[in-house]
Amino acid sequence: MINPTEYLPKSYHRRVSTYWWLARRPYLKFILREASSVFVGWTVLLTLLQIWAVTRGPSANAAFHEWMRHPLMLGVNVIAFLFVLFHAVTWFSLTPKAMVIRVKGQRVPDWAISGPTYAVWVLVSLGVAWVVLRG
Amino acid sequence: MAIKITIEVARYNPARDHEPGTDSYDVPLHKEWVVLDALNYIKDHLDGSLTFRWSCRMGVCGSCGMMVNGVPKLTCSTFLSDYAPGPVRIEPMRHFPILRDLVVDTSDFLVKLAQSKPWIIRKVEKPLDEEYVQTPAQLEGYKQFSMCINCLLCYAACPIYGLDPRFTGPAAIALAQRYNMDSRDEGASERLDILSKQEGIWGCMFVGECTQVCPEHVDPAGAIQQYKLTAATEWLKALVLPRGAKERP
Amino acid sequence: MKRTRSNEPLLWLLFSAGGVVSAMLMPVHLFLFAVAFPLGWLDPPSDETLLALIRQPLVRVYLFVFCFLSLFHGAHRFRFTLYDGLQIKHLNELINVLCYGGALVGTVTAAYLLWRVP
Repeated sequence: MINPTEYLPKSYHRRVSTYWWLARRPYLKFILREASSVFVGWTVLLTLLQIWAVTRGPSANAAFHEWMRHPLMLGVNVIAFLFVLFHAVTWFSLTPKAMVIRVKGQRVPDWAISGPTYAVWVLVSLGVAWVVLRG
Repeated sequence: MAIKITIEVARYNPARDHEPGTDSYDVPLHKEWVVLDALNYIKDHLDGSLTFRWSCRMGVCGSCGMMVNGVPKLTCSTFLSDYAPGPVRIEPMRHFPILRDLVVDTSDFLVKLAQSKPWIIRKVEKPLDEEYVQTPAQLEGYKQFSMCINCLLCYAACPIYGLDPRFTGPAAIALAQRYNMDSRDEGASERLDILSKQEGIWGCMFVGECTQVCPEHVDPAGAIQQYKLTAATEWLKALVLPRGAKERP
Repeated sequence: MKRTRSNEPLLWLLFSAGGVVSAMLMPVHLFLFAVAFPLGWLDPPSDETLLALIRQPLVRVYLFVFCFLSLFHGAHRFRFTLYDGLQIKHLNELINVLCYGGALVGTVTAAYLLWRVP
């Protein structure tokens, strides 16, 4: 900070508004991406509750399923799913920025890193679905 | 009768004003004009007291950074006709203290830049008659980060810097990485000692706006994430082999 | 400002690993268990099947890693959002304890629940 002199009486410091993130779309997308962390925590909570219900027996299970079918829960979980999906998509598109791989001195293009990542994502998802659904 | 476009310029006279205000001017809309031309027209014909920085007027010096309709831009490289029919709002770069009209105080950046030690650091200098040989592939490893013109548009775009001025910021970290990745440099661990504070590389939240606004395509966001990965692997290495940990060549 | 060189790289590594795990696995988990099964779009596995599944050591390890890394990913991100979104960085010690402490509590709970599967 330049010391004030007679030629430079003072400088003006603009305050950043609490709603800075509403001013521009990229900032809003960023905050939504960060907000997905809440739903990541929510999903873990649901998972732990389900593990507890499954290991507790039929009455706990019934109560859990009843709770999950409640319209409010469904509403929250659809939103949670969308946020978690948003996290996944933004995560995979940002991975090539942090992981720079060079082959023979040339940098591997972003799509060559994102592409296989998305492919693995589909395979892993199908794998989990198969394990859960096969009975 | 030439078409005109309205320019709304932020004004601030520290001797007279408590806070910045806005003045409106109508300037001719020539199709080849850039925003800087409009500002110079205002200064030459309408209001000689308008104060702003500019120099090369061709996008290489980094002096003319300002907010144009809320987006950090080099005014010498931003076409006026892109904003027709207007009005165009011009403000000083965000996140810096305003000295006068469109001029901001960038001394904070200069302090942060010095912390990055943006020069080749050698343990032992080579004798003067020996050259540092660098292959094109080695040059490619850091060249993108060397294109920075210190225009500070990235600081105006970075919300983290706006919220916490202690944050080292995109350009300073990208320039540190430029030297870390330079095959002639041996100062990576020295820079890491300084930048691995909470307000150094770890303060970055990868918003990515710095990369979006950079006129030289430096990709400071990418530089910082790569730097985080390097710092994390160095930390792991130090954990696993505390004495045998080698410094980056 | 205290040098936190010893902590931040670890937290970032956990955040990154958790980011990969949650990105890869959470969409399918949430879709199946929180949307498709309750809405009846897909036939859910019976509770006995799920119990048999959870009994397997590999599945327990999978679920533990899933919970542990996702919790630390979320905690790290939420901590920074509190810092910068709400501009309360001066409360950073309290925020750190709440976020990472919460993640730790969740991790220990997961470990306990998975260990105690009958």
